Amino acid sequence: MADVNIAVQEEAPHRAVRTTSATPRRAGFMVGSVLVNVILLILVVLTIVPFLYMMLGAFKHNTEIFGTPITFFPKNPTFENMTALLNNFPFVRWALNTVVVAVVGSAFSVLLSSLAGFAFAKYEFRFKNVLFMLMLATLLIPNQVLLVPQFQVIRELHWFNTYEALIIPRAVGAFGIFLMRQYTVNLPSELLDAARVDGATEFGIWWRIVLPLVRPGLAVLAILSFTGLWNDFLWPLIVTNDTSMFVLNLGLGALVGPYDYQYGILLSGALLASLPVIIIFLIFQRQFIDGFIQGAFKG
Amino acid sequence: MATAQARLTEGGSRFELNQWWRRNQRKIAPYIFVAPFFIIFLIFGLYPIVYSFVLSFYKGFGFEQKTFFGLGNYIHLFQDARYGKAVLNTTEYAAGSLFILSPLALLVALAINSVYVRWKGLYKTGLFFPVITSGVIIAIIFGRVLDQQYGLLNILLGWFGIPAVGWLSNAPFVMPAYIIMGIWTWLGINALYWLAGLNGINKEYYEAASIDGANQWSSFLYITLPMLRPIMLFVAIQAIIGSYNLFEAPFLLTQGGPSDASMTLTLYIYTQGFQNFNVGYASAIAYSMTVLLLVLSLLNIRLFGWKGAGE
Repeated sequence: MADVNIAVQEEAPHRAVRTTSATPRRAGFMVGSVLVNVILLILVVLTIVPFLYMMLGAFKHNTEIFGTPITFFPKNPTFENMTALLNNFPFVRWALNTVVVAVVGSAFSVLLSSLAGFAFAKYEFRFKNVLFMLMLATLLIPNQVLLVPQFQVIRELHWFNTYEALIIPRAVGAFGIFLMRQYTVNLPSELLDAARVDGATEFGIWWRIVLPLVRPGLAVLAILSFTGLWNDFLWPLIVTNDTSMFVLNLGLGALVGPYDYQYGILLSGALLASLPVIIIFLIFQRQFIDGFIQGAFKG
Repeated sequence: MATAQARLTEGGSRFELNQWWRRNQRKIAPYIFVAPFFIIFLIFGLYPIVYSFVLSFYKGFGFEQKTFFGLGNYIHLFQDARYGKAVLNTTEYAAGSLFILSPLALLVALAINSVYVRWKGLYKTGLFFPVITSGVIIAIIFGRVLDQQYGLLNILLGWFGIPAVGWLSNAPFVMPAYIIMGIWTWLGINALYWLAGLNGINKEYYEAASIDGANQWSSFLYITLPMLRPIMLFVAIQAIIGSYNLFEAPFLLTQGGPSDASMTLTLYIYTQGFQNFNVGYASAIAYSMTVLLLVLSLLNIRLFGWKGAGE
């Protein structure tokens, strides 16, 4: 954040110097400006067009999706794909499952990560450094390596086809703890000590003082966890096979292939499933982009 | 002592416990706070790692009927043509990320960072979209984009007079198709990584260079590129490790085909472990992949140096 601000502040005089000294080259600046912006706009269009094609395709008849000439906007907009999706498949159930997993899962992630991050940031205890390094080392393990034995653990716990299986193993991770530690470590320790003098319990200090103060970090982590859980496919694929326990991705994935000839259904499902994340993204753009960058660099 | 304690009422001992907790909670609390993570890691991380390693020396169907197989699974890796294909395909995808996606993202970042661009946020948001979209939905979208007859990509190529390509049905084109999909998906976030790197470079270097008469190209060559080294290492490692996650599209759109042309390592682990129930062999594949990833990461560190790796 601070870096960005400094960059912006220094950019203004930089630009002023450039334009005054380059008056004879103003035409060159114009050409460069048009060129760079056009190229970037083309890239943005190339990124967004497939998306819009999916959204608009949800309202096309299948004869239009599989017909020439290929249209971008639907000729005769229809809701037949939506109704077919909602009538023939437990789509609402899949959506509810996804909401439960993403909401409960990210709540767990935010609370447990903050709790552990608080411990690593503000306490001195034996084995602290060893535990911290051990925690960070878990980031190096590729998830795929664990799939087979994790499936066996889920079976032994009798968690197959349960919310527990979808939520608990991913309830708290090293990245979240690390992120929350970064947000907690700069809080003034005097504040915590003052609360101790007033008789607050350690848990009470976390709940009443630390949590409200690290809210920006909680927001970033909540967004990252929610998106991660909402978008995951491989883990639900491993731990559920009952269609009533499917999350959206799994349900939609099961339609790819057998229902290819009714691609409109797939597209309307994709539209409905991606809408919540897109809406949240449009509202919290800044937190999203900052979050992903922080996520990458601190994780 | 013992009699004194015995004489204490129950309420008294609870009071004692309370007092003891008040005195010692600061020492014990941190262990309780970090416990959830370590308990979950023990059950769903450490135990599976060890169990998977043991499994990789066994052969058999499912978890119950298995016999000791020694290094058999690992030896089989070298004779298994499908495994070889999976390694090759995944490497091809990783190379695409490393040598096409990453430099392209750097160019985009330089463009966004240039004095020519006023609405940086517009481009950042516009390119960021795919990152928050699930692999399944991207696969559904690209089922339409890559279609031979009605696909958007072939229409675009048609405008330039390039004949329609069977992206998903013609073996040599399948991995390039997924590389294109990967570029579409990850261009925005990679540009943001590079942008973060560019913003971290002290502007004074450029001012000093321009006073010394350096032009923009030599500033880029002698200041920007060397200063981006830590980010370069980071972007490269991200690109490689991310490439090994390619699963949804090959699984849903081409089922690893045609003729294993889109079989990836993760897909092969899934196929062996959860479709053929060859859990021992699946574990061996997984372990070989871990070694491969570690080697690649170490190679990266050798190429780009340690500098900044820990930052």
